[in-house]
Amino acid sequence: MLIGLPFLWLGMFFLLPLAIVAAISLAESADAIPPFRQLVEATAAGVENHATFANYLELAEGCLRVYAASLGNAALATVLCLLIGYPMAFAIARAPGVWRHLLLFFVMLPFWTSFLIRVYAWIALLQPTGLINRLLLASGLIEAPVPLLYNGFSVQLGLVYSYLPFMILPLYGSLARLDETLVEAASDLGARPWRIFAQVILPLTLPGIAAGSLLVFIPAVGEFVIPDLLGGPGTLMIGKLLWQEFFDNIDWPAASAVAVALVIVLSVPLLLAQRFLARAQAP
Amino acid sequence: MTRRSSAFRIAALALGFALLYLPIAVLVAYSFNASRLVTIWGGFSTRWYLALLDNEKYRTAALTSLEVAVMAASLALVLGACAGLAMNRFPRFRGRALFGFILLAPLVVPEVILGLSLLLLFVAAQSWLGWPASRGIATVTIAHATFAACFVSVLVRAQLAGFDRSLEEAALDLGARPLSVLWRITLPGISPALVSGWLLAFTMSLDDLVIASFVSGPSATTLPMAVYSSVRIGVSPEINALATVFLAVVVAMVALAGWVMARQERRRVAATATRVLP
Repeated sequence: MLIGLPFLWLGMFFLLPLAIVAAISLAESADAIPPFRQLVEATAAGVENHATFANYLELAEGCLRVYAASLGNAALATVLCLLIGYPMAFAIARAPGVWRHLLLFFVMLPFWTSFLIRVYAWIALLQPTGLINRLLLASGLIEAPVPLLYNGFSVQLGLVYSYLPFMILPLYGSLARLDETLVEAASDLGARPWRIFAQVILPLTLPGIAAGSLLVFIPAVGEFVIPDLLGGPGTLMIGKLLWQEFFDNIDWPAASAVAVALVIVLSVPLLLAQRFLARAQAP
Repeated sequence: MTRRSSAFRIAALALGFALLYLPIAVLVAYSFNASRLVTIWGGFSTRWYLALLDNEKYRTAALTSLEVAVMAASLALVLGACAGLAMNRFPRFRGRALFGFILLAPLVVPEVILGLSLLLLFVAAQSWLGWPASRGIATVTIAHATFAACFVSVLVRAQLAGFDRSLEEAALDLGARPLSVLWRITLPGISPALVSGWLLAFTMSLDDLVIASFVSGPSATTLPMAVYSSVRIGVSPEINALATVFLAVVVAMVALAGWVMARQERRRVAATATRVLP
């Protein structure tokens, strides 16, 4: 009963839908409701097969760039999150007791508030008449407003901003578990702080780094809201491509092919994530 | 620790939190702006909050979202608690690896994939089984419960990992039935995870735009869908007010949950102490 109920539910509402997506990605788009042709049709002449790889061929021809751009954006966001998040997690782990809980609470808090609205808030900050540009103008650093919005910069900023807490939490987890005596031993033996960090702390927190990186990277590859609200016409992201195929072009088979290709691209990081996350929450 | 390294740590925190809170602070500040222009300060005013109260579209959408969120969170709580208990209590069973995978995958799989796949399932189910007859509150609830259950199971598993099994064993030795041990010892013992799991599922459902946009129909518009449709047109001060209200409600809920749990913990400690020390 304990196993059966959630297993059945997730099988029905997670695995089965993925199988249906895979099936429909082979269908032909059609002007009907729902807007695709059945894969197999029984006619007077016998069973007709309509399965086709055309959607994938189209995808390979036209959209490889989108996949490359999404992976690149997500990878850069992961590195930036790591560079900002590691010192933060380190500082939180070293903070005195009451402060530690308070700081962790404030890392979590944005996660509890509306994602859509947090992304939207950047529009007012980044637009040509926005706060950042006006501050820069007032300080005399620039003479005309710089384009900060609707380009690659704003998308990257949005990704880092939104996914930073996902990086900090697992990093904090592994830094808090770090055995202080090892650091002390290294320091007593005369190691410089930088060397202690590179040879003791960093290797011991690798599982946290891996877990945090995957928690940022995987969802960032398929992100839709950020490129849609902060990106410009030149912004290419898979999540947006899927959304456009589905809602704007009403081409469900093409959208399904985009989804299947995305799952395939993400399968390696997904399996890695499964390993690291399962280890983080064992038994 | 040297002074230089502690200065570095304070700088890292200040910078990081500035990034996390700058947009939220600006949003809250401009929600009290009298001017319609979102970038120019025109004096203090609460007019956007009054405008929000009059807005029929947001009111209906908020009610729809609340309805979905309460149902989805409750469903997710049951599913996630069962899954968490199963993973903790049964170290091996057929398909455990697969089960573990489908419990963790929805945490990271992009929302567009979850949304599209569930929509195609509902469409297929409609043509084969005739259910669901139309998409709306029910389908959004099912979709939200599915991915939120995975988050609940993570919290439940984490709490169970630090749970003292000797209490359960003692109760079983004293002749309690397994079901009453579950009800009277295990579930109260993991209640912090259950409370925070429900709250997390609730806020995630309230917050979701992408999945709801796929699986909902014309009959149900959730609050994020309503917000998205106006945000796409441009920035509006009403949305700032809505965001501030949302933020205040969430902070109040989280604080309340923390306070209730702390009080329960104090009571439990006090009760144990009086029993031990007559």
